[in-house]
Amino acid sequence: MSDLQTLTLALAGFLVLNLAAGLWRILNGPTPADRMLAAQLFGTTGVAVLLLLAHAQDTPALRDGALVFALFGVLAAVAFVCRGAAEPHPDDEQ
Amino acid sequence: MIEALAAICLLAGALFFFAGTLGLLRFPDVFTRLHALTKVDNLGLGLTVLGLALLAESAFAAAKLVLIWLVALVGSASAAYLIASAALGAGAKPWRRTGVAAKKDVAPERRADR
Repeated sequence: MSDLQTLTLALAGFLVLNLAAGLWRILNGPTPADRMLAAQLFGTTGVAVLLLLAHAQDTPALRDGALVFALFGVLAAVAFVCRGAAEPHPDDEQ
Repeated sequence: MIEALAAICLLAGALFFFAGTLGLLRFPDVFTRLHALTKVDNLGLGLTVLGLALLAESAFAAAKLVLIWLVALVGSASAAYLIASAALGAGAKPWRRTGVAAKKDVAPERRADR
């Protein structure tokens, strides 16, 4: 494994840590839209993680997985807008 | 030379991803967090793709990486618009500096600034 492959593997691990930190936002909200944002984080960061792993492991097929991630991220947002966003904002309930 | 350039791009990309996550966790309302995610993270993805494209085995593979970035750009621009308009429609108030102390969900984060 070359130095650059080690670097990409390390950076992929770092991005996964970023994703884990983003879970805090899902837990704490406070609005459904905030939780959806954390899911979007999984979209963009997940794409980067897969692309980095594709290089680290010499597995070009992972790039196709990254493309699917990018597309599903948008679909998730559309599904959220159609269904989940109809819930009232917490500030309005007080 | 190329490898050093790629390593710099990859490291810069990871730095922007870190900034995006920081923004998602620290920014006061859904609209500002949306900026952190859909702008900074896509810049990080762009730098990562640039770094990997420099290392790609063929021009075709590099072009495919750039295309994946473009899809992510278009996708997150659409998602940002949809989520922002949904949040606005659900009654989320855009953050104002003067109203900070009144909002319960913001106060702990402001205190942590000291």
